[in-house]
Amino acid sequence: MEFPILTVMILLPLISGAALLLWPGDEDGRANSARWLALGTTLIELVLGIALWLGFDTGTSAFQYRETVPLFEPYFSWALGIDGISLVLIALSVFLMPICILASWQSVKTRVPEYMAAFMLMEALMIGVFAATDLFLFYVMFEGGLIPMYLIIGIWGGTNRIYASYKFFLYTLLGSVLMLLAMMYMVSAAETTDIPTLMAYDFDPQVQVWLWLAFFASFAVKMPMWPVHTWLPDAHVQAPTAGSVILAGVLLKMGGYGFIRFSLPMFPDASVELMWLVFGLSMVAVVYTSLVALAQNDMKKLIAYSSVAHMAFVTVGLFGFNQQALEGSIVVMLSHGLVSGALFLCVGVVYDRLHTREISAYGGVANIMPRYAIFFMLFTMASVGLPGTSGFVGEFLVMLGAFKTSTWAVFVVCTGIILGAAYMLFLYRRVVFGTVTSEAVAGMRDLSVREYICLVPIAVATLWMGIAPNVFIDPVRAPVADIVARLNAAGAPQQEVAGSADDVSAPLAGAANLPARVLGAVAEATE
Amino acid sequence: MNELVMQPLSQSLSIAAPELTLALGLMSLLMLGVFRGDRSLVGLTWGAVIIYIIAGLSLVNDPASRFAFDGLYVADNFSAFLKVIIFAAAGVCSVIALPYLKRARSDKFEYPVIIMLAALGMSMMVSAADLLSLYVGLELQSLAAYVLAAFHRNEARSSEAGLKYFVLGALASGILLYGISLVYGFSGTTSFAVLGPLLGAGSSIGLTIGLVFILAGLAFKVSAVPFHMWTPDVYQGAPTPVAAFFASAPKAAAMGLLVRVSMEAFGGIADQWQQVVAFAAVASMILGAVGAIGQTSIKRLLAYSSINNIGFALIGLASATADGISGVLFYMAVYLAMTIGAFLVVLSLRDADGRLLDEMNALSGLSRSRPGMALALAIFMFSLAGIPPLLGFWPKFSVFNAAIASEHYVLAVIGVVTSVVGAFYYLRVVKLAYFDEPLGVLAPQESRINGAVMAVAAIFCSPIGMLAIGPIVRAAQSASVSMLSF
Repeated sequence: MEFPILTVMILLPLISGAALLLWPGDEDGRANSARWLALGTTLIELVLGIALWLGFDTGTSAFQYRETVPLFEPYFSWALGIDGISLVLIALSVFLMPICILASWQSVKTRVPEYMAAFMLMEALMIGVFAATDLFLFYVMFEGGLIPMYLIIGIWGGTNRIYASYKFFLYTLLGSVLMLLAMMYMVSAAETTDIPTLMAYDFDPQVQVWLWLAFFASFAVKMPMWPVHTWLPDAHVQAPTAGSVILAGVLLKMGGYGFIRFSLPMFPDASVELMWLVFGLSMVAVVYTSLVALAQNDMKKLIAYSSVAHMAFVTVGLFGFNQQALEGSIVVMLSHGLVSGALFLCVGVVYDRLHTREISAYGGVANIMPRYAIFFMLFTMASVGLPGTSGFVGEFLVMLGAFKTSTWAVFVVCTGIILGAAYMLFLYRRVVFGTVTSEAVAGMRDLSVREYICLVPIAVATLWMGIAPNVFIDPVRAPVADIVARLNAAGAPQQEVAGSADDVSAPLAGAANLPARVLGAVAEATE
Repeated sequence: MNELVMQPLSQSLSIAAPELTLALGLMSLLMLGVFRGDRSLVGLTWGAVIIYIIAGLSLVNDPASRFAFDGLYVADNFSAFLKVIIFAAAGVCSVIALPYLKRARSDKFEYPVIIMLAALGMSMMVSAADLLSLYVGLELQSLAAYVLAAFHRNEARSSEAGLKYFVLGALASGILLYGISLVYGFSGTTSFAVLGPLLGAGSSIGLTIGLVFILAGLAFKVSAVPFHMWTPDVYQGAPTPVAAFFASAPKAAAMGLLVRVSMEAFGGIADQWQQVVAFAAVASMILGAVGAIGQTSIKRLLAYSSINNIGFALIGLASATADGISGVLFYMAVYLAMTIGAFLVVLSLRDADGRLLDEMNALSGLSRSRPGMALALAIFMFSLAGIPPLLGFWPKFSVFNAAIASEHYVLAVIGVVTSVVGAFYYLRVVKLAYFDEPLGVLAPQESRINGAVMAVAAIFCSPIGMLAIGPIVRAAQSASVSMLSF
């Protein structure tokens, strides 16, 4: 039997989390050992993640490292396995976790063992979400993540943390329970809980629409898409820095992962049919949330709204239905994971010194903290999508691919790049440039060694992904090709650019079609 | 099943060995108690536990016939499954009450005896194969429960709870009995085995009315909406360990009874009672979820939580399939552990003077003052809310799965949406325990046994408990199949 590396990657943080909860000693001693134990665990996870990548065969779309133990029969089994899409997202998770632990090293002072245990639980569940090849195991991991995040926001969050934690929990729960019912229907129809089998199963196209909508309810909230994004700014603003990093870096990716793993391959007909819905919401999201971001006074809130706009790029790419657009979406997800995580870290750096996130409280930081300003500049540029950074690669691929499906969607979404540049540069100017505004700002120290250790790896990864993106795209190529093939078989619109007049009508035709289809499905359901 | 010829008494007695054990056991305990007085409470309680274990072991025999007492009594996997959890809950509820009774100066030896009397009634309920034995079992259980509710006879609240429970319970029994008489009048029989095929051939309006009366009477016992009104008052007024008992074993027994009557006696007209049960399920889920939001008393909150949970369990019955029934059984088994655990936390909440606290605020900052108990409480609450990977998710999963498989989509959607509403108040408890600062000093846990029971329940409800899914679900499936193959 092979070494069960995925099981080890899930169980190790759980064991470590339990250990640091039970660790003996006085409060200071426990806090210190919790920090080191958590850091050690996440570093081991990182090493395992690298081993996972090195041993991965990028040439195939088949699931690798498969393990199946029928532990929870008759409901589901402990079935794990990854394809390229899971691989890159697991890599993102294990990459960000040690940085999160380091970022909380000093800023979290109360109940440190519990805090670290919550992060360990979070890490196990994140890897579990991306590695599960059993439908209900995926659901368990997906939902289970709510509990540690609820506690992280609620216990270690800001002043309005209780409202934010409730909102986060109930919003996401409401979305997911509908998905659960859809999953039950799928399993009773297909008689298997195995995700790879379900990805090749053809559901009745009329039923697909309902199933697709149920999954959409969950992933749209998680993503988050306009208009169900409102939990995100609250959660981000109230969460501690590391919580925001994980939330933006990995949890939001679960929505995109859900679309690409479930909605697209399992319900290709419904995806094609409801493309207009996703495009419509994404177009609104990009423009609306970018404008909202422009008006923010709170740094974290601004970045949170920018996340919603970036996620709209992901959805446009996913529903662009071709190789470039889908690959681009995945790169945007990875890039956003790194860049928004880094931006939250940058906010955390100045927040730790001044204890305010108000933009107006800062100004002229470049004079006091030049090294910090360089990093902040790099990540701002990556967020804007400057060529040479990871942000450019993904957004460019998305637009290139989606242009073939809908020129209008791309046209509107493009304005997001301009608006993105506006709000990010505006933020940067107000915080970093100008004259030093107050005594407090003048007293700020530049980056500490710990903060360097946090920011440098992300900076390197951002540039690497911007300059040589193929390393990150290679693993996803084969699985994406499979999904695109399935979508094409379902009649995904793939006009050449020259036939752009049809591009507008294609989504509209879908829109005109929908009421009839829905009525048909209703009639069938009530029979 | 055609064994309605006279059966030798010895055969009947051996089939009904668990009940026989309980009956003889409780009489000997009663005699001991009468002669030794109240100081024998602890000894009697542990004696009762041993009797429950013996009664549980006597379930393992393989009788020559499933029926006893000329078809009044049936012993199948279904009744065995429920009896195991009833005996376990009754035993646990006797033991965890000890420190409480001692402190409240209510340490009267009758306590474990009356609980056992109720357990005997419940055991009869789940084995009833005839409307008459059903009624006898139900009344035995109910009368014992009325006395338990008023166990603090010097306290006005407890007496009030007992009286309220008795008046409403007597009304429900009357309704039930009237329904039974209607069914008998229109069909000429009270035996499930005869009623089942008879109704399969055709029904009459009189039978339908009788059915509705019977369902109403039983809905009272499981505290399903609209017959739930007594629950919050009785839970709050009754002594806390008694409320824990009410929330656990009698619910499982009454649910088992409801399932058996519906499926065996009235299985032929399932389409008629399915609507009633579906309505009760929806109403219970909604009222249980919404009613709990404004509560400030933990016991009242748990009362609404039990109404809410009964609603979910009823979804399984409304599906009227083998999967649905096994879902109900699985649900009751897990629900018992969650609710007893939650009540154990309430039992441990005492201020510095040792007075029991019932206000929600008493939970504030529990994670600071009592981290272990706070963790257990969080596990119970997330589990009751049905958040995976905690065990409490899986019974909900199984009943929703049954509803989806039997195409009750609307019921399932209402169910999951109310579960989100319900999650709100469970989260509120977690919020108090984890996000807020401690208000006062809590007395330390006084009983190691209660702490240990709480820990066991918490581990069972935690993700580790998922390893028990396989065995429990398989047992529940064989139980539901054994009943349906009637």
